[in-house]
Amino acid sequence: MTIAAVQSNPTPAILPGSGGMRGAFSDLFWRRPKLLLLLMLSPPLLWLGIVYIGSLFALLLQSFFSIDEFSGLINRKFTLKTYGDLFQAANLDIILRTVTMAALVTLASAIIAFPIAYYAARYARGRWKALFYLGVMLPLWSSYLVKIYAWKLILAKEGILTWLLAKLNLLWLLDAWLSLPIVGGNSLSVSFTGTFIVFVYVWLPFMILPVQAALERVPGNLVEASSDLGASPAQTFRNVLFPLALPGIVAGSIFTFSLTLGDYIIPQIIGTSRLFIGQAVYSQQGTAGNIPLAAAFTVVPIVIMGFYLWGAKRMGAFDAL
Amino acid sequence: MRSDRGQSAPLGLKIAAACGLLFLHLPILLIFVYAFTTEEKSFVWPPPGLTTQWFAVTWNRPDVWDALSLSVRVAAISTAIALVLGTLCAAAVSQTRFFGREAISLLVILPIALPGIITGIALRSAFALADIPFSFWTIVLGHATFCVVVVYNNAVARFRRTSGSMIEASMDLGADGFQTFRHVVLPNIATALLAGGMLAFALSFDEVIVTTFTAGQQQTVPIWMLEELIRPRQRPVTNVVAMVVVLVTLLPILLAYYLTRDGDQIAGSGK
Repeated sequence: MTIAAVQSNPTPAILPGSGGMRGAFSDLFWRRPKLLLLLMLSPPLLWLGIVYIGSLFALLLQSFFSIDEFSGLINRKFTLKTYGDLFQAANLDIILRTVTMAALVTLASAIIAFPIAYYAARYARGRWKALFYLGVMLPLWSSYLVKIYAWKLILAKEGILTWLLAKLNLLWLLDAWLSLPIVGGNSLSVSFTGTFIVFVYVWLPFMILPVQAALERVPGNLVEASSDLGASPAQTFRNVLFPLALPGIVAGSIFTFSLTLGDYIIPQIIGTSRLFIGQAVYSQQGTAGNIPLAAAFTVVPIVIMGFYLWGAKRMGAFDAL
Repeated sequence: MRSDRGQSAPLGLKIAAACGLLFLHLPILLIFVYAFTTEEKSFVWPPPGLTTQWFAVTWNRPDVWDALSLSVRVAAISTAIALVLGTLCAAAVSQTRFFGREAISLLVILPIALPGIITGIALRSAFALADIPFSFWTIVLGHATFCVVVVYNNAVARFRRTSGSMIEASMDLGADGFQTFRHVVLPNIATALLAGGMLAFALSFDEVIVTTFTAGQQQTVPIWMLEELIRPRQRPVTNVVAMVVVLVTLLPILLAYYLTRDGDQIAGSGK
């Protein structure tokens, strides 16, 4: 090809720069996609890195400090003494109580969530499907405090539950339950039973969504095949549905377990005076002013959740999220 | 696709599912009844009488208005910050492959995956170490951090459905990077961003645990409610505020649902 032929070509192979600042930037980003990527990522990473990870680090750091028992001042010298304090009987009690509650809440949520999720995944179609979806979404997103408040109204001694039980002549049942040790109390709103019900209520939608997502992927003919081969519904559930739904249940349990571990408002408003981890953290950092112990306490749910997430990942729970 | 289309569910399953949904919804409906009760001192059921006078009483309470205005301002600014950060992060993660990509999505989700009390006390101890006094901006700082994830979730889901060849086509046709963003990318992700923004707004408007650690003397609506729950002053006013809060948070959720319903189901599933 001669030089003349190239010159007569109206569009050269390489376009000239678009001109101006804007054009220059645009060209630069096109030629160097890495630079654009860096520019896009740095604001969110800086924010999360400094604000969030930085804070978490600051918290972790403080858990290695200790508090001077006489002056109440924080001694900024590395020590494991604060972690040792966690193993005092009273503190171990708090940890054990919280973990037990979290486990029970998770179990109950899974049991209540399964039928809803299964119906929504397998039988609900069209408009009903949308209704089920919103039916789970709306309670999930309604105000957390309003939900707790609603239960305060329900569980109050003069409230709707007592009224309903009285109408059904079942008040003796409530009284018998409340007279039990540990789970009982003066009224439901100051008992562990009350705390348990509210926890289940508030975290239930977090269980339904992943279980439903897992069940959506179970082909209907798998269930039919199982019953064609002679399995009873119970056997089908145990050998087909449950194993396939399990990753979803584990995914949901991450939420119910973690949220129960860290909550301090529900047991404060509906429950006994015995503390949960969240309340212990709150009172240690607030009235007691013992930030190191509060920080050490928050490490407990982090460690538990770390193990939990590790186990959940091995079970393939993250594919169901 | 499925052969069980016409099949109907066993009765037991229907009843269990219906009971579960009722369990989720009846308590919230109860709030609406209590907003009209004439009873002032207790939570007695059934309400001895119905009245609308508490709406007027609540309307004239300056503390309620102050809390509401603070909540709206905090939620608006946090949502704006979260929109920018979440979209940038989603664009970077979904359009390119690079080392540490998985770690970034984990980092974004972490503020919501760890219990709120950890985020809260972590921020508080950081403020204490850095001698930052509590203010409007410390609240925003906390809220924006956990709002990023909802915007991110929505935007990532939409980016996945948007084909990358559209961007290439736009560039081939001579548009520069900014024009492509303005005329091709933005219209594609606009509804997802709107939905994410609304969910972020609702999340911030409702947040109480982190706020108790990052707010000084100022009260957002949830802090005001918490105060009333612990030390009730005027129960009927709390009832009315609770009802209004339910209504205010439901609207953005419904809108977000309609904006994202065809296709990405992820709208709120990662609260």
